[in-house]
Amino acid sequence: MAEACITFSDLTLGYNNHPAVHHLTGTVAKGSLTAIVGANGSGKSTLMKGIVGVLKPIAGHVSVKSGNRIAYLPQQSELDRSFPARVVDLVSLGLWPQRGLLGRHRKEDGEAVSRALVAVGLEGFEKRPLDTLSGGQLQRALFARVLVQDADLILLDEPFNAIDMKTLSDLIALIKRWHQESRTILVVAHDFDLVREHFPEALLLARQPIAWGDARKTLAPENLLRARQFHEAWDESAPWCGPDATHDHAGGEHHHHHDEHHASNAIRQGAA
Amino acid sequence: MEAVYQWLLAPFLDFAFMQRALSGSLLLSLASCPVGVFLMLRRMSLTGDAMAHGILPGAAAGFLLFGLQIVPMTIGGLIAGMVVALGSGAVARFTVQKEDASMAAFYLISLAVGVLIVSLRGSSVDLMHVLFGTVLALNDAALTLIGLITVVTLISLAIFWRALVAECMDPLFLRSVSKLGTPVHFIFLALVVLNLVGGFQALGTLLSVGLMMLPAAAARFWTVRVEPMCLLATVIGMASCVSGLLLSYHFSLPSGPAIILSAGVVYIASILVGSRGVLGTRNRPSRHRTA
Repeated sequence: MAEACITFSDLTLGYNNHPAVHHLTGTVAKGSLTAIVGANGSGKSTLMKGIVGVLKPIAGHVSVKSGNRIAYLPQQSELDRSFPARVVDLVSLGLWPQRGLLGRHRKEDGEAVSRALVAVGLEGFEKRPLDTLSGGQLQRALFARVLVQDADLILLDEPFNAIDMKTLSDLIALIKRWHQESRTILVVAHDFDLVREHFPEALLLARQPIAWGDARKTLAPENLLRARQFHEAWDESAPWCGPDATHDHAGGEHHHHHDEHHASNAIRQGAA
Repeated sequence: MEAVYQWLLAPFLDFAFMQRALSGSLLLSLASCPVGVFLMLRRMSLTGDAMAHGILPGAAAGFLLFGLQIVPMTIGGLIAGMVVALGSGAVARFTVQKEDASMAAFYLISLAVGVLIVSLRGSSVDLMHVLFGTVLALNDAALTLIGLITVVTLISLAIFWRALVAECMDPLFLRSVSKLGTPVHFIFLALVVLNLVGGFQALGTLLSVGLMMLPAAAARFWTVRVEPMCLLATVIGMASCVSGLLLSYHFSLPSGPAIILSAGVVYIASILVGSRGVLGTRNRPSRHRTA
């Protein structure tokens, strides 16, 4: 078993007491490349926020092995595109982990930024104001920032949305390069074919983990069918989840469910 | 030559009160114009306005207890401003309510308290004094205070520059790499209060926000980078102070409004002729490049 980079122990994340990620247990191995898949509202982005630490768990723990630098590309970037800045200024934000608040930006930092821009195909865009970029160009610039961050753990939340084929294949190539450099990468994606083709591992979420392990096995039809059967809406009268509620008749079925998921999860991980 | 001298230099060379007014307002521009640029970029332009009202009860309490004296009024204003800034900032950060609503609530409460306090003792003349300031009557204590505020502001901006830019440009990114996001927001709000308090000696609570926002808003029409924008705003602020004081001297106008109106003229001119202004962007170029 490879060294763990992220460990989830009975992790529940959510909003207003309603779980969005429910009882997730398992580890993400160091150097692994995992796709996180599932329907809208199945908890993919929430899981990412939990790993970064932007969202605190309702129950359980998530721990990232110390010494791992995290780079996080959120689905809904809070980037203010009207901010008066150039592409280099945006990408240079990625120097924060190395230089922090007061560290001087050195010559090699500038070179790292230039290399990153070349790597994402944005050579010659250095001085362009942010508000003149197209959606795909902005996404490339954000990838360049992730490159500059030089992180050990890279979290990409739906990086392939609204992107043309050329940009897509460039971004996939970058992800593969990171994988070869044995960085740990988690990517939220919706395109199953793309996941089967490019990702060794996958985690299928439907609030509870449905399957986790080898990407092709995880995306098998019976798992996808089960993933589709979850109710996205919150139930205000849903029973409380926890040891006190186990004997509650109404909660019986609910618990039955995730015991089953725990079991299947364990099996599939063993198989992977 | 003689006329130019008489018009532009003589007022400042001949009169000590004009020199004080000039140095006070220039120092103030140096600090509050860059702060105004960030207020504008964070879409908090009206926050400065609200905060300026929020200062009133503290200044009024100082006035009630010690009369028309700079130091107690300033300290009072500082306390009231901090309560409004930190209170509304905390509500916005930690509850579902956004900053515009919480700020409005806090400053309205504060303003009502302020008017109440002023009415306990003063006539409406006193209220006018608190609201509109007296740049032509800056004493040593007031100048020292403005100087201190300028130094503190510039040092803080220099230290937290990178975090402030990151927090404005991409707050979620800053949160993912550092825990500085929330502290830097509050430090920034504190700087806003500090500069408004510094300004209210000279311009009054209502107009001090003008020297903060108008140069920043004007500079937005000229540049696409934040560093030159701050420099340009400062230059516009300083020029407005010189021009406002001269107009005030030659035409016996109240100095505060004269300064703010000078900045207002620059703002309106910038809307029209700035490189990113109306004429610059509306005018269709007759030619375009192939790529």
